[in-house]
Amino acid sequence: MDKTVSSPEQAVAGIENGAVLMIGGFGGSGAPVELIHALVGRYVATGSPTDLTVVNNNAGNGRVGIAAMIDAGMVAKMVCSFPRSSDPRAFTEKYLADEIGLELVPQGTLAERIRAAGAGIPAFYTPTSYGTELAEGKPVAEFDGKKYVQERWLQADVAIIKAELADTHGNLTYRHAARNFSPLMCMAAGVSIVQARKVVAPGEIDPEHVVTPGIFVDAVLEVPKPLQEEELIRSGEAY
Amino acid sequence: MSVPKLTSAQVAWRAAQDIEDGAYVNLGIGLPELVARFQPEGRQAVFHTENGVLGFGEAPATGEEDWDLINAGKKAITLKPGASFFHHADSFAMVRGGHLDVAILGAYQVAQNGDLANWRVGSKGVPAVGGAMDLVHGAKRVAVVTDHVTKDGKPKLVEECTFPLTGKECIGRVYTSLAVIDVVDGRFVLREKLPEITLEDLQSLTGAGLATPDHVGDLVAPDLS
Repeated sequence: MDKTVSSPEQAVAGIENGAVLMIGGFGGSGAPVELIHALVGRYVATGSPTDLTVVNNNAGNGRVGIAAMIDAGMVAKMVCSFPRSSDPRAFTEKYLADEIGLELVPQGTLAERIRAAGAGIPAFYTPTSYGTELAEGKPVAEFDGKKYVQERWLQADVAIIKAELADTHGNLTYRHAARNFSPLMCMAAGVSIVQARKVVAPGEIDPEHVVTPGIFVDAVLEVPKPLQEEELIRSGEAY
Repeated sequence: MSVPKLTSAQVAWRAAQDIEDGAYVNLGIGLPELVARFQPEGRQAVFHTENGVLGFGEAPATGEEDWDLINAGKKAITLKPGASFFHHADSFAMVRGGHLDVAILGAYQVAQNGDLANWRVGSKGVPAVGGAMDLVHGAKRVAVVTDHVTKDGKPKLVEECTFPLTGKECIGRVYTSLAVIDVVDGRFVLREKLPEITLEDLQSLTGAGLATPDHVGDLVAPDLS
């Protein structure tokens, strides 16, 4: 029952070439920097994992986190709503050179597609994007006189997530707005790997306060003083 | 033609006058964000941001930022008493489930049938949409704040959008630097205009016909400079 792992390297060791990888965070809030950098380190050392599809709201910023993955060349495609940032060089250069794919998804649709996958719902209808270029090719249906676009669930092989507290069963809390997509991604991925500032014994998180129940979590790593991506970017850090 | 016009702050001030006490409000990035500064005395709106916060307040002082506490524009925010956090699916359930009272967005173009174009101007560069396509279909009232014309003087209120659409028939009211205009049954209806500008001049700066009811109010904003 103990889901703890002892190092970032061990936590990301099972991620395979070609995987669909959901990464928690919105901008720098909630970005699991240590897990991402362990994955980049593994790629630099071994050439694997590569050809990844990465799902995140954004497409990296500066020279750390997802931007470092893109810089390293291990990302084949981004699925996101807003691939711009204060320093979007990593994605922009590869996108304009046609070296990386992009599936642009409205933010609420992105969240709901992830949630739907976690809830076992293969498709749903939403008015979002109806009549726009992002709805091209998608089925449209009318309900009660209004037009809706069919959207499919978005499943992943692995999610890597930053939490505030975790217990050894994988129950999670988050910090402030760092929650964002993470609870949904834990539900939608086959394997959810979590770094938490503190890992505690079962019972130490009040059940009333659990945000992500442990059933959605597979591995928990304690990272006591986690790097904050926005702070890294503002201080000009590079992986 | 040189015409008087409201400043961005004054446009935001005018939009703020229509937000009722207790309203749940989402403000787009940029000019719409200014609306929060001009809540009328005695009214309190609750501001929503897509990344999972209700009830946020002003930016913290420089050096006091907590980068886990940001808005959808990735700017640091503070919390007001009664604030709450939630995940992204709940955040967009608030939007798409019709729970938000007001969304105020920027615009490249608004068409007379209420179509909005505000996310990209052509096919070049990196496209980015964020939450705009969700917001236009969720809030009970969706309004735009904008300059009346583009930087090079072209109308932003048009018969049909030529830029890629954010949403169809979604805008109810447009607050511009010259006028307040509603979209009613597929046409623009003038509600208020700057007293200094003639109807003819306003029409010449508008890319679609302006219906003028018997009463058109004066658009007057305080000096906010």
